[in-house]
Order: sequence, then structure tokens, then C-alpha cells
Amino acid sequence: MSLRNQFGGVWRFFVGTAPRRFASVSVLLAIVSAIAPTKDFFSQWRHYQEEYSHFIRTRPDAGRLQRRFESGIHQIWIPEQRVVDRCTTCHVALQEASLSDVRKEPFRPHPAMPHSLTEFGCVVCHHGQGAATTVQEAHYSTKAWEQPILPARYLESSCGQCHMDALEGTPQLNLGRRLLARYGCAHCHAITQPDGTLVAPVDEPPSLEHVAEKTTREWIFAWTKNPQAYAASATMPNYRFSDQEASDIASFLVAQSTSSDNSAKELPKSVASLPGSDTVQEGTSLYGTLFCASCHAIQNAAGNLVGGEMAPELTRAGNKVNPDWLRRWLRAPQGYDPKTRMPRYRLDEKQIALLSSFLLSKKDDDLLANVHLPASDAQSIARGKKLVSDYGCVACHRINGVNPPESFAPDLSRIGSKPLFQVGFLRGMPETLPDYIAGKIHDPRAFGPALKMPNFSLTDGQIEALTTALLAQTDRAVTMPPELVRSSPHPKYHPGGGAGRLMEDLRCQSCHAINGNGGDMAPDLTFEGSAVNRAWLLDFMKNPNTLRPALIRRMPKFNLSDAEIKGLSDYMLSAYQASGFDSQALDLSTLNSDAATRGKQLFYSKYACQSCHIADYKKDKGYVGPALAGVGDRLTSVWMYRWLKNPNALLPGTPMPNFSLSDNEARDLTAFLATLKEHKKGGLK
Amino acid sequence: MRRLRVACLTFLLIVPLGCTKRSNVNPPLSSKVYGAQIVLLSGDKQAAGVGSKLADPVVVQVNGADGSALTGALVSFHGEGLVLTPAEALSDASGQVSVSVQLGGIPGGYELVADAPKAGGGSTTINVREIALGYQEKVGKEVSYKYCTTCHDPESTPERVSNLDNLAPPLPHQFTDGNTLNSMSDADLIKVIADGGPALGKSPQTPAYRNTLTQAQIKAVVAYIRAVADPPYQPPATKH
Repeated sequence: MSLRNQFGGVWRFFVGTAPRRFASVSVLLAIVSAIAPTKDFFSQWRHYQEEYSHFIRTRPDAGRLQRRFESGIHQIWIPEQRVVDRCTTCHVALQEASLSDVRKEPFRPHPAMPHSLTEFGCVVCHHGQGAATTVQEAHYSTKAWEQPILPARYLESSCGQCHMDALEGTPQLNLGRRLLARYGCAHCHAITQPDGTLVAPVDEPPSLEHVAEKTTREWIFAWTKNPQAYAASATMPNYRFSDQEASDIASFLVAQSTSSDNSAKELPKSVASLPGSDTVQEGTSLYGTLFCASCHAIQNAAGNLVGGEMAPELTRAGNKVNPDWLRRWLRAPQGYDPKTRMPRYRLDEKQIALLSSFLLSKKDDDLLANVHLPASDAQSIARGKKLVSDYGCVACHRINGVNPPESFAPDLSRIGSKPLFQVGFLRGMPETLPDYIAGKIHDPRAFGPALKMPNFSLTDGQIEALTTALLAQTDRAVTMPPELVRSSPHPKYHPGGGAGRLMEDLRCQSCHAINGNGGDMAPDLTFEGSAVNRAWLLDFMKNPNTLRPALIRRMPKFNLSDAEIKGLSDYMLSAYQASGFDSQALDLSTLNSDAATRGKQLFYSKYACQSCHIADYKKDKGYVGPALAGVGDRLTSVWMYRWLKNPNALLPGTPMPNFSLSDNEARDLTAFLATLKEHKKGGLK
Repeated sequence: MRRLRVACLTFLLIVPLGCTKRSNVNPPLSSKVYGAQIVLLSGDKQAAGVGSKLADPVVVQVNGADGSALTGALVSFHGEGLVLTPAEALSDASGQVSVSVQLGGIPGGYELVADAPKAGGGSTTINVREIALGYQEKVGKEVSYKYCTTCHDPESTPERVSNLDNLAPPLPHQFTDGNTLNSMSDADLIKVIADGGPALGKSPQTPAYRNTLTQAQIKAVVAYIRAVADPPYQPPATKH
């Protein structure tokens, strides 16, 4: 009762009469209108700005810092990038280099970066909500906004939104993009890059159209069960097929196999079996002298892979290949697989027999010891065909009777902006996009046993790199205005004519780049015609094992005929010319012995060239650049002169520095180098 | 009064339940044995990008007073800005504990402290330094791998054979050689890279990179040298 009386008193006090009502409403209105200014007054950003202005008073350059500091909301507005960033409201000292010793956020200056803050803002690189003015909303996902700050470990992904080429400052992104291409991710997933092109896989999974010629059903079974058991370096993932499934797949693959062009070729019987117990020994040394290890690796006794990774590992090749197939393959790889990167070596029958016996000796008796498959039947083949079709095997391999699937796996072009509400997280995992992507790569089938994506058994570093590359695939990247995308063209140069066909046969571009197209294992040949002397080139083609004697990866000897060598050399000398290499470039009469003497002085004293190059094998030891003993035979004087003046102009990215030589110094050094000749052994003229 | 009693009883029942549950989820590790000394086996002075996980774990070993490895000794790890998994563990059968380290988001040095309680109270600790590379240091690392380390690093890798042994004395310094390089100013390092050894009266074996590298690349190399210096580089004190 007393409570109601009291309440009645309060009611009468505030709204009892009209003036009292007016006064109450006015006071209420005043309170309500004070809410916004009060919130603003107590806002986080104001708190940080006050703290900052106290803090800078303790600094030696307080006056300067204070003059540069402006209170209030700061904003970077870049309409063409859709950037409205107020981050600098709290991160007030981003551009104050004198605070570089400060580690306290948000007063730390930004570390050195490639772009200016005012041109790019913050969220282009760091993500987050640029327009927010509270810590929570700016950095973390909220119901309204779900772009949280990108963790520092994936920051390089942001560079990939515009930059297509490998940058010096983004090793992780570069690695991730190489892995995307190398592990064949792009066979199944379409990944559109900022310039509109798709990520192109660089692995070349073999065609299986003639697989029964090459190997057995037992080997296919063992490989399908666990590719890494056959070759540690295999990039094909383990699909964890059951024995039954692997057996069905093997049955189908053998059943669908047709004859290749090679199978029609007769094998000479005479050298099929070689006498003598040192055949394998001789084959081993042939494997070495042909430099097979430039591309193929074999595990040594210590378990380390020795050799290149361009072509399949051969540690257990003897378990895999049919001896007749091997001999036909060594004679003409392109007859079995027209797209192979392996050159046609022009081996003679004895060499083929020796190499075969060496490769067939490379085996592990345990690999197929316990594989006993039931006889193949129609049901098994049908089940195998269904599995091959269901698991998208034809996304990578050519297989008869199964068409390549269209959009087999999800398009990943915008995976870096995938809304979190569309993501099915695993229980217990941090609910962020990077963690989801990394988790999916780490163990795809943890997200559902029915998922087909296999486990690629990647290392943590590789997963981090791949996640970085995928996080670059944002909405912003896909819709980037073309003028902001930085990419260099990828020309598809192929030499033409008869020489072109020969170069195709020898697969020169598997290792050498020409006009921007080709491998990077061997020197770029774009300007080879300007660089080398004809006599040297003819000799080199005949016996190419001399230029870099200490390297494991070297140019193999192709058993070319004299006519082939002449044709190829003359084509290269005329087609692969740099501009400005006419007689005007250097007056050859000035390359006299006085100049050579001065050049020798420059070589050994002023520029210490012997630290990296060998001019004389008796006293020089430098081994960074190629040996220059005999360079007078190899290179033209004009090339040496122009190279010395500016190496990067002739070979972009060469580690040889530009010494800013004067014309006279370059001429004297050229005169000296031109005297470095080896005794001719004779050869083609 | 009765209601109050019921409430108190319920409260008393619930509270221990909550406590039991929590201790079940996260049983505290306790040292079964106490070591005399903790020693570092591997994993220090690694450099990696900011925020990323180091390639190799940090491995420490707990030894007893007689110097033999102890199993079951508690080791705890902490370090400002670092994510350490696990934060504490018991040493394994060979007396070792290995911890995976994720660096913080700020470029620079980080210190990890491994701590093992000693028998008579107190503890034995060891400090491990790790390095986070920011954008500029990463550029410097890439540039120096291409142009510098062939001569400045005595170690050969499968991709690169060291040229250091092929040079005539005076031999180049490793970039981690803080004892020598920390005493050189930024300006001198930039000068020797841009204009070659003779610019500072040193060997002409160091070529001039002024026309090969950009100014930004040269500064990045200096930043990388500063980042990996051992002992760590201390920038000169700013003017007061």
C-alpha cells in the first residue's frame, strides 16, 4: 500500500500539472539528445587519441609529433578501390618513423612497405572493416560485417590480388602459386586470376590410353593403393581406395587400353640380350653420361633422391615397366605419348639395351610381392569405370571411353571472400576462413567422408603457402580494374620450319627458354645467335659436355647427325639475334694486344672477376658464373662487349652485376677475354 | 529461511560440480622429477615471415644434476607475442621437449623462454631467440639469396654451391656475423653494396651493385642483415 502511495507521489511530482509535464519532457529530451555526444566523448578512438597525445609528450621530438597530430576521425577515401578506411583514427602513428622503437598498439609506425598508405589505404592488404571506429567492429567478424583482419601469416595473399608475377617480398605467395600449378589443383578446380586467365597446371599427368602396353594390372593396383610407396616424390595423392576398388580400377584401366603408335614398331632381336655381367654397370655409366639425372631422380642407398624433378622418379622403374615398352619408349618417346617432355635421343640399339637393363634392375622385390589379383571380369571392369568417372581421374589423365568432367570441383576464383555463413566448420576448429582453407587442404575428408578430394600429404609450410595463394582469390581481385593488375605476358613461342621440327623432336624448350617460352633449367637461347661463334656452336652440338663440368644437370648428347647439327646451328645463328649487334657496336680493330694487357689487369685487380669466373684453370677458382677459359672461342666479341656494359639488358634477372664500365674498360676486358682460347680438337667446319 | 537454506545447498552442490568438470577438461601437469639444468638442442635463431610458424620446432632437454637426461620433468614455455604449442609438457623418454613456435605479427626478434622447476625450488631457464621477417626483410632475403649468399655463406645447398672457399682473403662476412656487421653504420653498408668493397677500402671481390639493384633493394638487404645479426643489432640511440 505504502509503495503505491509513494509511486503516486512521484507521478504527481513529475506529470501532475501541465508545467511539470513540460519540464519533465524537456529534461528527458535533453538527456536523450546528450546520449550521442556522450557516446562520442567516451568513444574508444578518442581514448586512444588522448593516450597518444600524452604519450608523445614523453618523446624527444614531441613538438614535431604534436604538430603532425590532428584529433578527430581520420579517413582515407579511395573511390576506385572501394576504400573508406578510418583505421588511422586510432593507428595515429603509422607514418611516424621516429617512433620505430614503439611496440605498443595502436601507436606503432607501419614497417617498411611497398605502397603508400594514402594511395592504397589499409583494408586492401589487411582486410577488416575500414569504416568502423571501434576495435571490435574494425578487426573481428560481427553479425553485420564478417571481414575480419587477415592474420599476419597470410598477409602476402593481399599482394596477389593485383600482382600476378612472383614478387621478391612474397616468397610464401610465390610458393603457394607454384604448388597450385605443380600439384595439379587446377585440373579439378577452376581458379580465375586477376587478369582473367585461369591458373594453368604445370604437372603433366600421363595419358593412360595405352597403359597396358607400359605396365601390369598388378602395378596399377599397387600404385593406385599408394603412389608414394612406388615413388617417394610422386605428386599423385593417395585416394585411400580399398583393395577391391583399386583392383576394379586396375581392371578397367587395362581393359580400356589401346595400342599406341609405338606398339607397331618391330624390335630388333639381335641385341635384346647382351652378353656379359657388367651390362648393368655399363648401363649405369650410360645413364650418367646421357645426363638422365638432369630430369629423373633415383633414390640412393641413403634414401636421398638424386636428380631432377621434371620427370618421373625411376627408383623402382623395374617394377613398373614392360621391357619391350621401355625399349620402344627409349627409341621414340613421342610414339607412345605425343605430349611428353622427354626428347628423342637418337640412341643406338646397344645404348637402348644397356639403358633398359640398368632401368629394369632398379626395383624393389617387396613392392608387388603380395599383390595377387583375381582374374578381371566384366563386373569388375564396370565398377572400375564408375570409380574412374566418379573420382574425376580424367580431370588429369586421358582415358578411353570416359569424358573429362566439366566443373568437377568447386570454382575457387573467389574462395578468399567466401562468406563465413556458407562455410561448414569442423567442431572445435577456429571459425575463420584461413583456418577453414588450411584445414580443408590438410585433411579434406575430415569435412565429410563422401568428399572425393584426396589428402595430398603436404607439409605445414606447403599448406600455409597454398592457403596464402587461395586467400588472394578475393572478390576484390576478381573485379580488379585491369589497369591495376600487374602481370607480364606469357608468349607461346615455338620455332618453325624444319629446324623447328627438329627442336620439337629434341624437346629443346623442356629446358631452354626461347623468346619467353620454355623451361628454366638451361640457359635462355633467345639471343644465342648473337652470343656465340658458329665454329663453337657446331662443336658444342657434337659434344655438349664441356661448358659447366661440375654441374650434375647438364645438356645431354643427342647423337645428332652432321647435317642436323649444321641445320640447327645455322637456324639458331640467324633466328636468335638481339638487335643492335651490327659492326657499328664495336670496332674490332681496337681489340689489340695492348688492350688485352690492360683488360687482364682490370680482370684480376680492379674488378676481381676471378672471384666468380675461371679464366685460367691453373690459378682461378671462382665458381659463380660460367668458366671463361675458352670464352674467346665461344662468344663473339660484340656480345662480350655489350654484355659487360649491361648484362641485365641481354638477360633480365642475371645475377651478374652491371659494373658501370666505361667504354674503354669494356673494350679492354673484351680484348682480354677474346684471347682466352682453348686448343681446337677439330670438328665440323 | 527454508528457501534460503535450499538455495545455499543447491549452490554448494553446483559449485564443486563445476570445479570437478573444469579440472577434468584440463588436468594440470605436474613435474614427476626435477632437473638441474635445461639445455637447448635445436631450433634457435630461425627466421620466418611475420606471423608464420617456424619450419623446425624448438627442442630442449632437461638434465639432472649428473648431466643425464631426465624423463617426466615439467617444462613450460612462454614468450611475448609468440603462440607456443604446447605451452607446457613433460619431457619424453630421452629427456626432450619440443615446442612448435608461431611468430608474432610484428617484424623483429622474439624471445622464447623455456622454464623447468628445480628440485630445491626455483627453476632453470633458457632463452631462445627467433626472428620474424617483415616485408622489407623478406625482400632483402630474396635479393641476398640471389646476389650475395653464394659468397657470404659457407654452407652449400642443393641449389647453390658456396663460392666462399674459392675466394682470396680477406674473406666475406656471413650476414649473421653481428660482431663485425653491427659496428658498421647503415650508411656504410649501403655504400659497400652500392659502390663495392673499394668504396670502404675493402676487397674488390665485392662488386658494386649500384646499377644492378634499386635503392629499395639495397636498403632491404641492409634490413635483412640487421634482422638476422647474431648477437642482435641494436640501432644507435635516437638523438635526445
